[in-house]
Amino acid sequence: MGRFWSLLFLMVPVLGTAVMVAPMVYQTGMLAGHWLPEDISAYNGHIVDSLFYLILGLTGAIFIATGLVLFAFMWKYDAAKNDEAVKYTHGNHVLEVVWSILPAGTLLFIAIFQMDAWANSKMRRPTLPGPDGVIGTSDDIPKPPMALVTGRQFEWRIQYPGEDGVLQTPDDIYTVNELHVPVGEEVVLQIEAEDVLHSFFLPNLRIKQDVVPGMRQFIWFKPIKTGTYDIVCAELCGWGHYKMRGRLVVDTPAQYKQWLVDTFLEQETTTVRPKEAEE
Amino acid sequence: MSDIPLGTTAPVAVGHAKPSMGVGEFLSTYVFSRDHKVIGIQFLFSTLLWFLVGGLLALGIRWQLAWPWSNMPIIGRMLFSAQGGQISPEFYTMLFTMHATVMIFFVIIPILAGAFGNFLIPLMIGADDMAFPTLNMLSYWFMWPAFICIGLSFFAPGNGAAAGWTSYAPLSAIPEAAPSSGMAQTLWLLGITFVGVSSMMGSVNYLTTIIQMRAPGMTMFRLPLTIWGMFITAILQAFALPVLTAAGFMLLLDRTIGTGFFLPEMATANNAAPTSGGGQPLLWQHLFWFYSHPAVYIMILPAMGMVSDMISCFARKPIFGYKPMVYSMSGIAGLGFIVWGHHMFVSGMNPALGMTFMVSTMMIALPSAVKTFNWLGTLWGGKIHYTTPMLFSIAFVSMFVIGGLSGIFMAATPVDQMIHDTYYIVAHFHYVLFGGTAMGVFGAIYFWFPKMFGRMMNDSWGKVHFFLTFIFLNGTFFTMHVLGAVGFPRRLADPYHYLTFAQLQPINQFMTISAIGMVTSQIIFAINFFYSMFYGPRVGRNPWHANSLEWMAPSPPGHGNFDFQPVVYRGPYEYGSPETDDDYYPQTQPPPEDREASSDEGDH
Repeated sequence: MGRFWSLLFLMVPVLGTAVMVAPMVYQTGMLAGHWLPEDISAYNGHIVDSLFYLILGLTGAIFIATGLVLFAFMWKYDAAKNDEAVKYTHGNHVLEVVWSILPAGTLLFIAIFQMDAWANSKMRRPTLPGPDGVIGTSDDIPKPPMALVTGRQFEWRIQYPGEDGVLQTPDDIYTVNELHVPVGEEVVLQIEAEDVLHSFFLPNLRIKQDVVPGMRQFIWFKPIKTGTYDIVCAELCGWGHYKMRGRLVVDTPAQYKQWLVDTFLEQETTTVRPKEAEE
Repeated sequence: MSDIPLGTTAPVAVGHAKPSMGVGEFLSTYVFSRDHKVIGIQFLFSTLLWFLVGGLLALGIRWQLAWPWSNMPIIGRMLFSAQGGQISPEFYTMLFTMHATVMIFFVIIPILAGAFGNFLIPLMIGADDMAFPTLNMLSYWFMWPAFICIGLSFFAPGNGAAAGWTSYAPLSAIPEAAPSSGMAQTLWLLGITFVGVSSMMGSVNYLTTIIQMRAPGMTMFRLPLTIWGMFITAILQAFALPVLTAAGFMLLLDRTIGTGFFLPEMATANNAAPTSGGGQPLLWQHLFWFYSHPAVYIMILPAMGMVSDMISCFARKPIFGYKPMVYSMSGIAGLGFIVWGHHMFVSGMNPALGMTFMVSTMMIALPSAVKTFNWLGTLWGGKIHYTTPMLFSIAFVSMFVIGGLSGIFMAATPVDQMIHDTYYIVAHFHYVLFGGTAMGVFGAIYFWFPKMFGRMMNDSWGKVHFFLTFIFLNGTFFTMHVLGAVGFPRRLADPYHYLTFAQLQPINQFMTISAIGMVTSQIIFAINFFYSMFYGPRVGRNPWHANSLEWMAPSPPGHGNFDFQPVVYRGPYEYGSPETDDDYYPQTQPPPEDREASSDEGDH
């Protein structure tokens, strides 16, 4: 039976690799959409994906190697087939040192290698040039948010500052669950929560940020492809968590301007406006 | 068990059961017992019962994900008559909350520390019982208020707590925030607190026993790795648990008397009256994970220890790198206290802090890697006997590698942005906790069953159980990695209305069928377990020809454990030693020189 069990454990690296590689390579037919979703970001998605593949490569190599070694030992040292005497050893100091230092170095490398990407996506908010008119100098000002997104059970309320560029003024534009942004522009959003935790997740832009009641946070991304994409709530927010779906609509700049005008007009001519009533 | 001959010692029936027994005596022997073995077996039975509950809750989750909003066969009409036999979204949130709560707090933690810790610690260190037998009994009986609270929670409005097993505030702090955030949540908090008190009493007892009551000659570095695992776990519990208990009370006060530890100013949900607030929801997450991350190691270290013992025994070879194994377990425990923030990378915590936690989290993969290499090193050059406990132990190693490696993805903060709260993490912790710990526990049950009950479990049926569990476990959990890569979020009752996830239903149906198969396969285990308890072949003291002290005691050991004073001469992994002709060398067997020396001197 030792042969049988060895082969069973051989299936772990073999099938495991197959299950991970097949959808990565063949993204058609039954496997369509079973891998990282389409990346529509200018840079963030690419960086996240390449880091994902880097880790997948490193861990995959270790997964396959340990799986094969396990199989080989199980096959070779089966008590029913192996007549050699047991290797009476309590370990090997050099080996221990080697297999401590190698993974330690690799892991430290992975950690440090991630830091810049993390800082770009969470800490270095896009800026506008300050009084000196040059970007990248010390008087830069943080780019103001294009919209305020507020999570509440179980919808995303979206508020654009309107013509004057200032939130909480009469020309603000309100929508629910539908976030329009222009393609090719660096978008900064202010995200907040009204009641419980929610999480603002844009799978196609590789952005995720929990929104916390009482905290004001900013996220930024640059979409480079027009279309309609998902806004997912990724933090449990109550019984209706599953239906808290928003749409991210990436327009051309012209479409976006037109949409803002149309939405504002529609909102000013509609008599019943329950969404503003609460503001 | 054909490849290792059964024990040579004659079956010794040393039990405390006497032919005729009064009710009072029965109660004090089997129910309110202070004997660590009886308490351990009580923990074992209780946790296996909860294991069944947790498994059935999981099937409810899987049913909804495979065939959302469809009538559940047979029991649907009974459970959800108001909805025409289908799961409601609020019931779904309850299902995954209670599945996790039951599995973590009522199965894994108490089966490792409570069942095996209790049963094995005195036997393996050569003591007659725990240091504090009454405290030990109390630690079991404090589980019952917890059982009752969680049981009642299912019947409170909302049918059970539903704020996730992490119970993040404010969802858990504002009673109006969800249908089950009321009494059900309060009962949940009380239940968890009772579990905490029980674990605390257990851990104090284990630490004292291991430090104070070792047999003569049993130095710390002659302890089996099982005991090291239990020892380090007890330290983790003793230091981390108070934080969870305090946090639990703080949340309870927020809910009941209007404090605002975890609620921001004017917090409100679902039209509830605004609270005065002034607190911070993230504080709950910090406090919760300060316990619950070390708890992850509480849930794996004892299993690592038990697996090390089984692998060494069935490879008939000393464990490779005993001291590195001990140091890496200590390393995991030490680092385990400074990695909790990796649960909070996208929570709104300062991103700079995320970098610190990323480095510490990456480093914790290192001792895990060292342990894996040492297990492989133990198999190298051995004589591997493919018994049921050995197969489960090898499965532990193989599955733990997957669970460990997938953790590195989440530790990398930019990548975590994509896969946080998706099925990638669900895959990761199921590989560690089911592929790892549960495999280790199954192996340990097959391995120590003869010591617990004096009879063997059926090995052939054990292998059938292993084979089916192993196949179905991978069918259920490996595919989750693929879902996670798509960004498929956890905790959604119906993810298929999202554009990105609409195509993922068939793969979920495959996983559900595997999960049903996995739960069904456990029937084989249950029958084998209970049948063998009464009708299994009787065995002697040492059926596996193992070295550690528990195998020198009668099977099952009587009150006081040993019928002689064990004296320890060596470590527990002397298999294939050149000093002896047998392929094993029990810790209590005096070395040959000693024997000659003592006969020369005459008096000893």
